Amino acid sequence: MHYKEFKIKWGMVIDIDKCTGCGACMVGCQVENNIAPMTKSDPYNYVQALTKPRDDASNKLRTLTWMNVYELSNGKAFPEHETAYLPRPCMQCGNPACVPVCPVVATEKNEEGGIVSQIYPRCIGCRYCMAACPYHARYFNWWDPLWPEGMDKGLSPATSVRPRGVVEKCNFCHSRYLQAKDKARLDGEDPMNLPEGAYTTACADICPTKAITFGDLNNPEHKVHELAKSPHAFRLLEKLGLHPQVYYMSEREWVRKQGDNYNAEAGGHH
Amino acid sequence: MDSKLFPEGVQRCSFGKFLIWTAVILAFFLWGLYAAVLVLYNGIGTTGLDNYFGFGAWITFDLAVIALGAGAFFTGLLKYILKIKQLEKIINLTVVVGFICYSGAMLVLTLDIGQPGRAWFGYWHPNVHSMLTEVIFCITCYCTVLIIEFVPLVLEQKQLNKIPFIHALAHNMHVNMALFAGIGAFLSTFHQGSLGGMYGVLIGRPFAFREGFFIWPWTFFLFVLSAVGSGPVFTVLVCTFMEKLTGKKLVDFKTKALMGKIAGTMLTVYMFFKILDTWAWATGYLPSVGLTFDQMFYGMVYGKWLLYTEIVLCGVVPAIMLITPSIRNRPALLYTAAILDCAGVSLNRYIFTVQTIAFPAMPFDKWQVYAPNWVEYASSIMIVAYGFLVLTLVYRYLPLFPQERELN
Ligand code: SF4
Ligand code: SF4
Repeated sequence: MHYKEFKIKWGMVIDIDKCTGCGACMVGCQVENNIAPMTKSDPYNYVQALTKPRDDASNKLRTLTWMNVYELSNGKAFPEHETAYLPRPCMQCGNPACVPVCPVVATEKNEEGGIVSQIYPRCIGCRYCMAACPYHARYFNWWDPLWPEGMDKGLSPATSVRPRGVVEKCNFCHSRYLQAKDKARLDGEDPMNLPEGAYTTACADICPTKAITFGDLNNPEHKVHELAKSPHAFRLLEKLGLHPQVYYMSEREWVRKQGDNYNAEAGGHH
Repeated sequence: MDSKLFPEGVQRCSFGKFLIWTAVILAFFLWGLYAAVLVLYNGIGTTGLDNYFGFGAWITFDLAVIALGAGAFFTGLLKYILKIKQLEKIINLTVVVGFICYSGAMLVLTLDIGQPGRAWFGYWHPNVHSMLTEVIFCITCYCTVLIIEFVPLVLEQKQLNKIPFIHALAHNMHVNMALFAGIGAFLSTFHQGSLGGMYGVLIGRPFAFREGFFIWPWTFFLFVLSAVGSGPVFTVLVCTFMEKLTGKKLVDFKTKALMGKIAGTMLTVYMFFKILDTWAWATGYLPSVGLTFDQMFYGMVYGKWLLYTEIVLCGVVPAIMLITPSIRNRPALLYTAAILDCAGVSLNRYIFTVQTIAFPAMPFDKWQVYAPNWVEYASSIMIVAYGFLVLTLVYRYLPLFPQERELN
């Protein structure tokens, strides 16, 4: 459909067989991107009690988890039972469902790297993009962001803090991309041809089992270029035709099947 | 006390009774207003919406009232452009109902968006690819057209109309009303369609996604047809309800039956395409993405009974009732069909909004169940109360029903 190719295509290959479901990626993402922790009471809002208290982190349907780890099961009984863990950032789709629907162009498919950006000061909070994204990769700010006292001093100056009422999502730690390009320019290198490792995301950085590999899918010198072509690689909901830039890998067939509503008899969608 | 303000030659209830009635409506209105203020102050976290259900009760309510408000543009089109004379007996009411529905929908939308102060960005940074941009443009423009259509009715108020300038102004506006009816019909058709298109383009949501026809998905046309297939009978229901409340005859039955015939014809066309669409979706699109019809439904809350209720009980049945003259011409049956028709269209909007999102597109994800909370109910009831209030005032002081004198 509207699928366009760009010179650089930042992407991830996540090896599900390596992921232990520890959740370090979720924490790394939260810290890197100034995601406010969920706090139950707001000391500055006196009318809060009239409706209901704010949600704390126990309400998983209200948290801001740009990176979310899902638990997969093969559905069999013990001793054949198996589980797997599937970390889910924004897929930075090549043909994103979220971008064309936004009425105010608050989200865009960036031609430089293929990252889907989110412009917070422009978002009107209509949540149409959330309704569009099948990966649930978009999150709404239900409450004013609040940091426990002292913690606000630990915020990263590189990332903007989002107000209540806008939608936010993973952007492959875009500030790190900017920093990597700046550094390349200072060092007299080509910012449009970053070497492996010069730019990587917080979740890939922190993963203790190295299940997440990050790089330019179009650059043969980057590991992801090869990994994405592995016979065990697959993409989530491939058949819907959103062309995600995040690939998964697993040697287990039941895992791959769950990635794409696998239906062997039917033809492909595109 | 205020009898000098009444339309020429009609009876209205006593001022005391009127005050009591208004106070009851105001109580509901204020309850909703309280909820609305809490939402604006505390944020949308106060509602039952969550990360799964970004759209919920408010969007369903919006879509439903906009569809039901379609009587205004469609009747206007038939009356002014196709010159069906008989409709002038109910045209004023359709305009008022349309005005209430659209302005109400816009009020709800201001609560629904997270950043109401930025609502005008739709004009400032429009995304020409987004169906929602089209909706924002058309809805605001059409609401303006409805206000323009409403104004001459206000100017015809007995005391106001004695002023020569206002009299002339009202007359001139009337003369040009065909132009506004035309603009209104154009704008309204487009955004009714775009509202449907909003769902049809959701490429990542197999429950709602439909292939296109030129640049529009099928749902574009289905929404237009369903709106014109229900809007006219909704006006009939409002009118009948007012008759029951006031104990007066306001519009002759012949006109109501004509509205029923118009809606019935459109509903029949709609049902034909809706059934085809559902069939093509279930047997063509779903298998192509590895899904089955059965997977689209879940338990009681999102069961198939919803679909059958919508298509058969609240679709095919009222369509047959409305196009069959012997049934349509019996008041009780006409009203029953009208109620079923309006319920079916509202149900359709609910299913498209909630079930679309509830369906777990990722196979390892789970169905989620959405339940609105009191804040959403109260603010929606506020809009209904607002509608009652406008209708009450309009009925009491403006010449809404040209036939009222001769019928009573
Ligand atoms: S995963 Fe969702 S939010 Fe991310 S680009 Fe794709 S459609 Fe948009
Ligand atoms: S919530 Fe914001 S980003 Fe999403 S569609 Fe609406 S305006 Fe665009």
